[in-house]
Amino acid sequence: MSAHPADPPAAPPGFTARAVRAARTGRGTVVFCCLGLVALALSVAPAITIGQAGIAAGDVWRVVAERLGGAESGLSPLREGIVWELRLPRALLAAVCGAGLALCGAVLQSLLRNPLADPFVLGVSSGASTGAVAVVVLGVGGGALSLSAGAFAGAVLSFGLVLLLAHTSGGTTDRVLLSGVAAMQLFSALTSFIVFTSADAEQTRGVLFWLLGSLGTAGWGEVALGAGVLFAVLAVCLCHAPALDAFTFGQEAAAALGVAVRRVRLTLLLATALLTAVLVSSAGAIGFVGLVLPHAARALTGPAHRRLLPVTALVGAVFLVWVDTAARTLLDPRELPVGVATSLVGVPAFVVVLHRGRRATGRVPA
Amino acid sequence: MSRRTAATERRPERAGEGARGLRAERVSWQAGGRLVVDGVDLAPEPGETVGLLGPNGSGKSTLLRLLAGVRPTASGVVTLDGDPLPRLGRRAVARRVAVVEQHSETGVELTVRDVVRLGRIPHRGAPWAAADGADDGSAVDEAVRHTRLGALLDRSWHTLSGGERQRAQIARALAQRPTELLLDEPTNHLDIQHQLELLGLVARLPLTSVVALHDLNLAAMFCDRLLVLDRGRPVAAGRPAQVLTPALIARVYGVRAVVTPASPGDRPSIRFLPPADPD
Repeated sequence: MSAHPADPPAAPPGFTARAVRAARTGRGTVVFCCLGLVALALSVAPAITIGQAGIAAGDVWRVVAERLGGAESGLSPLREGIVWELRLPRALLAAVCGAGLALCGAVLQSLLRNPLADPFVLGVSSGASTGAVAVVVLGVGGGALSLSAGAFAGAVLSFGLVLLLAHTSGGTTDRVLLSGVAAMQLFSALTSFIVFTSADAEQTRGVLFWLLGSLGTAGWGEVALGAGVLFAVLAVCLCHAPALDAFTFGQEAAAALGVAVRRVRLTLLLATALLTAVLVSSAGAIGFVGLVLPHAARALTGPAHRRLLPVTALVGAVFLVWVDTAARTLLDPRELPVGVATSLVGVPAFVVVLHRGRRATGRVPA
Repeated sequence: MSRRTAATERRPERAGEGARGLRAERVSWQAGGRLVVDGVDLAPEPGETVGLLGPNGSGKSTLLRLLAGVRPTASGVVTLDGDPLPRLGRRAVARRVAVVEQHSETGVELTVRDVVRLGRIPHRGAPWAAADGADDGSAVDEAVRHTRLGALLDRSWHTLSGGERQRAQIARALAQRPTELLLDEPTNHLDIQHQLELLGLVARLPLTSVVALHDLNLAAMFCDRLLVLDRGRPVAAGRPAQVLTPALIARVYGVRAVVTPASPGDRPSIRFLPPADPD
């Protein structure tokens, strides 16, 4: 960049500029991803040593070492359980959810060409809420269905409705968005209706906590399922990275660059809806991660999706591990729903993004 | 300026009398029961610049989309070196035919270099292959040289003027290494200087170009041949001096005009007259 004195003065100076430039080259991607993985490990590590039980960091590590085949930790089974069955799966689920939601957000923003798109824009989260509420409050399934199974069914139903609506109204990008908004409104209303007419105070409290997002029920099963779907969807999205680049100037431009617009759009909508449905059914609707973090990652990597997508996922993972750690410790002994915490951090970040956008489009040509 | 582009490299000049390049044979397209394009033939000679003329709604843009293969024809066929476009496949067509739209908008924050690189997408191999092969680099460099965008490469797209944006889009199209370039009213929103520069650039490129235009004088100045559409139907075709007559302008556009016969280079010029007094 320094080779061209005519550059806009907006380029950040010094270290940041060098880091951004490095990230925009191929080798920088590898470096960035390695840095991201290290940052993730360095985030999960303290996250599992922090908590109400007051277990010393050394003991936490002895438990992890024991489970991975090392020497006996010498801790009581209860304290071992807190580390291995509660904190570690919770931190890992936070990482999986953060990565998955940010990834879905990045893909949908590019695919639908809307900076406001997020994983919930397809109505998946509101459908999931309705499904969960139907199970918990109305007893749909007669006890055989778990809350997450109900949420997943609701998410699939809602997304199916969005696709149908979008298809019958012409199938263009704006129709997909409008159908998503319509489904979101419908299912939110249904959820409120069910809670308002049927739930008792105890149920309402439980449902509300879940609606706002909670990683408190994390277990190894959720982690394994979420991670499996996350890596599969990430692989699908990376295969479509050049096609996503081609959407920069719209569908017509993408088609003229040889992209099978309808097929790519359907594939990516299905993949992101599946991942969102899995994540929402295990952790509730955690807002703002999918909306804001792709913008932050884009500022680091530039617009090319083969760099943007992995970096977005890593940024999302690190972000949600820290926010969840804060959410469960700051108001000790009470726990803040993680969705509330993400929005409290997310809104100011979003304001910054909006300001940058205004500056970028408002600049006069030099 | 280097002439070493795909047009001269890949295709031997005048290679027999088979179907060469892009060809439309009696193509039609309809929307809502109305024929938007109705039985149009078009067969540009290699390296030629063909102007598409006609009032708004005459089917120019739709014809370009049919030629690019992004819309299927309702009847008739578009061929590239004799092969129908659907049989070639989208990516193969995009490696030969590039499109520049009249207006390109994006909310994405990207540089001119990023825009030009988009042109390499049809040439990308497997998704795990290296992002930028040697071919990609030289195609981008060449496109940048043709369009003289070197000084603007690191500029943000959103800081460019209308003319610079169109040049960046043409560079992106050239990075596709096409043999055919389709442009839909590329000079809309540009001032006169940039209109002349842009069409001068297009006419100089050693590619077959098909350009939809509104301005008859620009068409006369820069196009080798013209095709005039009226409500989807072809009404005149030939060299500018043959096509642009007061009678045709009156018939297609409904305005009176004086056509000054061609001075050098067979290029007529057109002066429009105010509507006749109704009295």
